[in-house]
Amino acid sequence: MKSFKGKTLRWEWRDGSVELTLDHEPANEIGTAMLEELEIFVSAFGAVACETSSCIISSARKSVFSAGGDLRELYHQAISVPEKERLEGIRSFLKRIHAVMNAIDAAPLVTIAAVHGACLGGGLELALACDIIIADKMARFAFPELRLGFIPGFGGVPRLKRDLGNAVVRDLLFTGRTINAARAHAVGLVAQLTGEGEALRVARSTALQVAKYDPVARAAAKEFMKPIPHEELQREIDIFCELFTRPEVMTALKKFAEDPGPMPYLP
Amino acid sequence: MRTLEQTTQEVLDLAAKHFQLPAGSLAPEDDFFKKLGIDSLQTLEMLSRLENHFGIELPDYEVQGVSNFKTLAERIQSRL
Repeated sequence: MKSFKGKTLRWEWRDGSVELTLDHEPANEIGTAMLEELEIFVSAFGAVACETSSCIISSARKSVFSAGGDLRELYHQAISVPEKERLEGIRSFLKRIHAVMNAIDAAPLVTIAAVHGACLGGGLELALACDIIIADKMARFAFPELRLGFIPGFGGVPRLKRDLGNAVVRDLLFTGRTINAARAHAVGLVAQLTGEGEALRVARSTALQVAKYDPVARAAAKEFMKPIPHEELQREIDIFCELFTRPEVMTALKKFAEDPGPMPYLP
Repeated sequence: MRTLEQTTQEVLDLAAKHFQLPAGSLAPEDDFFKKLGIDSLQTLEMLSRLENHFGIELPDYEVQGVSNFKTLAERIQSRL
């Protein structure tokens, strides 16, 4: 499938590169609808991998790459089932999203996240699954999950630990603060910093460069440089599930889901 | 070193430009959530704009509960 237009995203293969565009109102939240379409996307990888050198992931939404997991959906689904079934539901969702993230992480092509605006929680975890993050100078990054009483659940912490120093991970995790693109670039999270509105253009230019190199060497280099931290990822799912069953989490999610204020995404 | 008055004026000018309002239409005591009608993502955008302009980092928790330009300018001033 060389092009697709779904309810939450679309993609198009062109000149050996595929562009995946997230486009889900209001802020590219990753819930079951986006997960289903991401699953379709990664299942299409295999068939075209041999003729594809790069994949660019970007957002069509103004001011946001992705605000992360769909917390309102998470809350409403959790309260719609008996308490005992909540854990089963969340574990199943996490396993599916981990499979998608791992597929993007290990794809035998160069994956580039072209980030503008807010890149929070699950949105940052999606960007971290990519090989290269190119960010516009107005981009902001955060892991605000601890304020809800759980940890990032889409593979974020193991992947951030793989790429950066533990001190940076702790700062992001324990404060939940957003950091700007310049700071993210300084600590090595962002590979290339661009002017406002230029991230996608620079990502396309980078994709053209990537395409010049031998695909076998590229795939081997990637496998060598970017091992998937499977054990830690599994542990992350377990910790998330242990934390998720606590009443404090339901209280925090309820507050988030019902917050009429202007700042629900901020830590 | 900027004075607090200069910082406040620069914050007002940046906000007016960012949200495409006439220059001088914002005042230090204005509640920016009410005056600008902005949401959390637009707040983050404004935060980036301010950090890039002043060359500082302003952690979200330092501006939590801040809703007028004067107090925001004070928080920025403390980082300059």
